Amino acid sequence: MIALEPFLEGAVRTATPLGFAALGETITERSGIINIGLEGAIIAGAFGAFVAAGTGHVWIGFAGAAVAGMLVAALFAFFAIRIRADQIIAGTAISLMSLGLTATLYHQLYGATGAALSIPTMAVAEIPGLAAIPVIGRALFAQPPITYLLFVLVPCAWWWLYRTHSGLGLRAVGEDPRAAVAAGVPANRVQALAVLLGGMLGGIAGGVLVIAQAGSFAEGMSAGRGFIAIAIVVLGRWHPIGVALAALVFGAASALQYLFQAMGWSLPYQLFLALPYVLTLLGLAGIAGKSTAPASLGRWQDQP
Amino acid sequence: MPELSLLADALVRATPLIIAGLAVAFAFRGGVFNIGAEGQLLVGAIAATAISLWAGPVLGRLTLFVALPGAAIAGAAWAGIAAELRRRFRVLEIISTIMLNFIAIHLVSFLVRGPLQEPTRIYPQTESLAEAARLPVILSGTRLHAGFAIAILLAVGFAWFFRRTALGFRIRATGAAPAAAWSAGRIDVGRTSYIVFLVSGGLAGLAGGIEVSGVTFALYENLSAGYGYTAIAVALIAGLNPLGVIASGIFFAFLETGALALQRDFAIPSSVASVAEALLILAALAVSSLRGRGIPGLKRVRPT
Repeated sequence: MIALEPFLEGAVRTATPLGFAALGETITERSGIINIGLEGAIIAGAFGAFVAAGTGHVWIGFAGAAVAGMLVAALFAFFAIRIRADQIIAGTAISLMSLGLTATLYHQLYGATGAALSIPTMAVAEIPGLAAIPVIGRALFAQPPITYLLFVLVPCAWWWLYRTHSGLGLRAVGEDPRAAVAAGVPANRVQALAVLLGGMLGGIAGGVLVIAQAGSFAEGMSAGRGFIAIAIVVLGRWHPIGVALAALVFGAASALQYLFQAMGWSLPYQLFLALPYVLTLLGLAGIAGKSTAPASLGRWQDQP
Repeated sequence: MPELSLLADALVRATPLIIAGLAVAFAFRGGVFNIGAEGQLLVGAIAATAISLWAGPVLGRLTLFVALPGAAIAGAAWAGIAAELRRRFRVLEIISTIMLNFIAIHLVSFLVRGPLQEPTRIYPQTESLAEAARLPVILSGTRLHAGFAIAILLAVGFAWFFRRTALGFRIRATGAAPAAAWSAGRIDVGRTSYIVFLVSGGLAGLAGGIEVSGVTFALYENLSAGYGYTAIAVALIAGLNPLGVIASGIFFAFLETGALALQRDFAIPSSVASVAEALLILAALAVSSLRGRGIPGLKRVRPT
């Protein structure tokens, strides 16, 4: 089974940006807000990373990604929280705007041909010892450092949501905002914070695409990952650990093409390109009725 | 007369926007969040192309009478996948229709490089439609085809349908207040939104069929310049009113043809048009939210 190692490495690589975005959306949705603008945060993050990494430092690139993602999220927060507009329409419009704006700026700043600028990329950093574990070692411990950050963030997010007072407050807002307000939780502020945090992680997901994977920016390179991440949140039942596992399963399914290539099976490549979207549909159908959303998710009618 | 042909070009561009805009307005009115007009339009284009190429030589001038209904049926079937997923598994149609959009894009990509590729196998597109299978030009000397007349008739027809028929009333009631529609009006809300979903998909599919029979005469990857997404802006700016869709469809067509001219003459990327569209949606949202009411008829049926 020579093909298994590159397959698992590919699975973790594909899962990393999805994991960041889905973890952020989990926090946002736990506060009762569904941010369809996540796709916009990812593409903005990718562009922000591309611009900021031009300074020559990968971590400045990721900071740029986080800031760009938060800016998009702040715009969404204004519509969803400040003026309580319909979250689905606002999110869709913000995704559309971010895709158009990044494409326009990219053309204006770097010309129609693009790729004039070379940016530093984040190399794989093997963890000595652990990377030598057979089969799974390289998949988990021979990744770029940003992936290790995700490994740390997932249990942190779980701890915060389930074991701290402020995490409980956030979940309470998502279930019943008016009751939370009565109990002294500042619901609007909690939701705004949750949206910004989600946007920041979405932005970092875009940064991963540029800095740790593609090494450059391309129009529309988020390629629906924001929407897939929203589906992953449902598949992971709004729980950080569940969401991380769902992202991994998703990454594995998308990485099947490496396994197939290695085995010499030839199938139309469009089939592999379409596979993540087909899997999302099948996954969503498969968990029917077994998953409960936060009770006030997306319901602006419930808001205080 | 160059002015006349510029006007005709804008109306040609308005045709898919009006029909797909009607599809979105119809869905939103009935409480269905169909973001999938783009995918349904592409599948409709596939059906119209396949029917025209295969059955064209036999049917001659009758081809259109099979190809266009075929496009509508294909679009309805594509929307039907999302409608089924919603009815049986309570899958959010916002996610499922976006996934189906991506799948449709890859399906077109596969077909124009595989089974439907033109005989020389050089270009990723199909053979051109025979003269007899094309929509007639209605303004000689320009590209304005009969599809525009169909779009206007459809808009007028739907305006009448909403105002004057029992089913139209049931659909409006379902979209406006599903609980009241069920308890006070004995309206089968689930069935009504299922029908709405299929009709909406059928309209979007027809838009794709008309685009092939009237403008492109062949199937290729970038056949739709995001018409299905622009249609959301078209429908919202029209306040989901079918007659308003005619005006906003023409408005957005001028915006987009104007952006294309800017790109050609001043090297301003045409993606600025999608930024403008998104800003218009957000402005409409802000105005309606600050006035303390949603966009008319827009209340979401929660499938959970």
